[in-house]
Amino acid sequence: MTKTLNKFALSAAALLASGSALAATGAVADEFKWMTFAVFGVIIAITMGITYWAAKHTHTTSEFYAAGRSVSGVQNGWAIAGDYLSAASFLGIAGLISLYGYDGFMYSVGWLVAYITVLLVIAEPCRNIGKFTMGDILAFRNEPKKVKTVAALSTITVSTFYLTAQMVGGGVLIKTLIGIDYEISVIGVGILMLAYVVFGGMKATTWVQIIKASLLVTASILLVMFVWMPYGFSLPDYLSAVVGDSKVQAQVAKLLGDKATTMTAAELGQRFLEPGLFLKSPIDQISLGMALVLGTAGMPHILMRFFTVPTAQAARLSVIWAMAIIGGFYVLTLFLGTGAAMLVGPAKIASIDPGGNMAGPLLAQYLGGGADSMLGNFFLAFVAAVAFATIVAVVAGLVLAAASAMAHDIYVGVIRGDHATPQEQVVAARVASVIVGIMAITVGIMAKGQNVAHLVALAFAVAASSNLPAVFLTLYWKKCNTGGIIAGMLVGAITAIALVMVSPNMTYPQAVIKAAKKVIEGEPASEAKPAVEAKPGEGFACELFAVCKKAEPAKHAELAKPAKPGTREKLVTLQAKLDAATDEAEKKTIQGDLEKVKKAHDKAEGDLKKFEGQTTSMVGLEKPFFLLKNPGLISIPLGFLAVIIGSLLYRDQRAEDMWDELYVRQNTGIHAEAASAH
Amino acid sequence: MSKPTMNWAAIDADPRFQALHRKKTTFLWGLMILSTVYYFLLPIGAAYYQDLFKIKVWGVVNIGILFALSEFVVAWTIAYVYSKKANAEFDAMAQEIINDAHKMGA
Repeated sequence: MTKTLNKFALSAAALLASGSALAATGAVADEFKWMTFAVFGVIIAITMGITYWAAKHTHTTSEFYAAGRSVSGVQNGWAIAGDYLSAASFLGIAGLISLYGYDGFMYSVGWLVAYITVLLVIAEPCRNIGKFTMGDILAFRNEPKKVKTVAALSTITVSTFYLTAQMVGGGVLIKTLIGIDYEISVIGVGILMLAYVVFGGMKATTWVQIIKASLLVTASILLVMFVWMPYGFSLPDYLSAVVGDSKVQAQVAKLLGDKATTMTAAELGQRFLEPGLFLKSPIDQISLGMALVLGTAGMPHILMRFFTVPTAQAARLSVIWAMAIIGGFYVLTLFLGTGAAMLVGPAKIASIDPGGNMAGPLLAQYLGGGADSMLGNFFLAFVAAVAFATIVAVVAGLVLAAASAMAHDIYVGVIRGDHATPQEQVVAARVASVIVGIMAITVGIMAKGQNVAHLVALAFAVAASSNLPAVFLTLYWKKCNTGGIIAGMLVGAITAIALVMVSPNMTYPQAVIKAAKKVIEGEPASEAKPAVEAKPGEGFACELFAVCKKAEPAKHAELAKPAKPGTREKLVTLQAKLDAATDEAEKKTIQGDLEKVKKAHDKAEGDLKKFEGQTTSMVGLEKPFFLLKNPGLISIPLGFLAVIIGSLLYRDQRAEDMWDELYVRQNTGIHAEAASAH
Repeated sequence: MSKPTMNWAAIDADPRFQALHRKKTTFLWGLMILSTVYYFLLPIGAAYYQDLFKIKVWGVVNIGILFALSEFVVAWTIAYVYSKKANAEFDAMAQEIINDAHKMGA
């Protein structure tokens, strides 16, 4: 503790010395960090109190995994929202909107539409048939040991991908916000989450998620009120202020590059509200959309939430509430994102975090009165604490899902053949939670500095290609059986993972080296180029795989461009300028520019060194073979196909005989697991 | 904890269950297809009908923004329509079957 305090004192001194230590020590200035910690402390104290209370009511497996099936529909709706709105959607989507306008907002739509699938085909049957895990649903009319093994493997795979992304993202986020070391953040998040899960089980996890969702919604509504109120809550008035802002126009000009030279300021601003600044490939969009719409319904930690309510009707109500909260939140992010773009400015947001994750927190700080004000920093502290609660709540849900697969499906179901005593089962659940938690912390620390952004998309793709076809067909297709489930889950998961391994998501050293060289050495002057007509591709497959010619869009004529200096040259000229400058204010701006260029230069140098001599990606490719970032378009149909073919080849009379029971029970709820009486 | 055995085949064959099954299947598939088609119109429109999306209709607010906002409204409406129908009709039909389930096929 003294060590950390010393570190704060040190960085406070650094702050005074440089005056621009914002990025280096976190968005919250050191003198205001106590406020962040105070809000953190309050949240931790409340959730620990709840965990203490929940632990006293958590003795049986039904209580540990499913909160005794006594969570009400409304409560579960809030908990689903708390489970689902990860830091990526809370900070990430607002960030995307602040940097790219329309495309960021369009990106958020799929995350809500996904719940239609959950509502219409998954929630109620799962409540009526299931017990604790996805494996239970699949084992209903299939061979329990075999399907539980694959179901658990798939659950653990999906949860681990998602968990790794959350741990790494969370560590980076806490570091960016308040400057706590990455490793300490990861361990802190891990230990806190373990305390909730191990002692309080699903009951504590549910309440942590409810609290987090309420904090998130409250904070967002307040911020949007402040942003929108000056415009009398008129949408056109507000948005015309956004497009009229010079910072927004400058961002669009930067994104469009040469094309922007012929556009007026008003046109540039309006362009912010039009599609195409960020998402360039519609096929990739559709592929991601498929993974979201079908993957959410196959996410083990979301499925698990439906076992916590007493009836199918409550499950239905909980999805309705979740959709209201999640959708409402995404509509608010439109205002958070555009508000941050207009008030803080895309350039400043990207300077602290290139992905835009700091848009929401910086907006909060601005609305409270800016970086030097008490209120501004209180707002920032509050948003930082909400982000922290967000990470912990999502991670807790994931750990519980992975632990249930490990303990309930593998240990109790497969190894013990369903003959474990209730006490043994609860012990197994707690031990599995500790194992998964420690694994999450270890993986989080090992993956430091790795590119994990694609892991979230991958988790959804695997869930959509492996889990959903298996669950869907076992619920709705009479001939589905063990053979189909095993074939489908393996084919779906392996295709999704393999395609991502050869996709543009991976790091390709040659491209990195080329980009780094461009940064350092700059670009040579180029002559004017005539317009190029669009070239047709050699078929749809060419849009997906690098085996033949892809269609190319038409290019506008380009004017001759002067050479662009690289950072090496810029450093020299800026240094000369600095030496020549006499005015203090001027010196300070040059100093700031110099630091920015130096940072870019160092990063490029670092990349060069890191990838020196390497020519191929992790799997030995020089260039991506699969051209989409999202594998869903191919892996989802393959997953469904494999279940169908596998089932037809395997033939299982028992599975067909059990169909009547399964179908009647999923539709009526006869013999569904009852809520435990208190 | 022991649950009475049911004659599942008889319940499945019961005309009331068959009616519930038919109604639910048509209704759910209809909503599912509607929501999927409407959702994928957004990325398709944003990619191939940019000129349409750019048309300003309400101050600076263009068709693209209104269309993206309408995605939310449509999703909420579908959820509302389904829950209304399920609460009013499907639940009552299921309850009738549950009440008589133990007698079926006996």
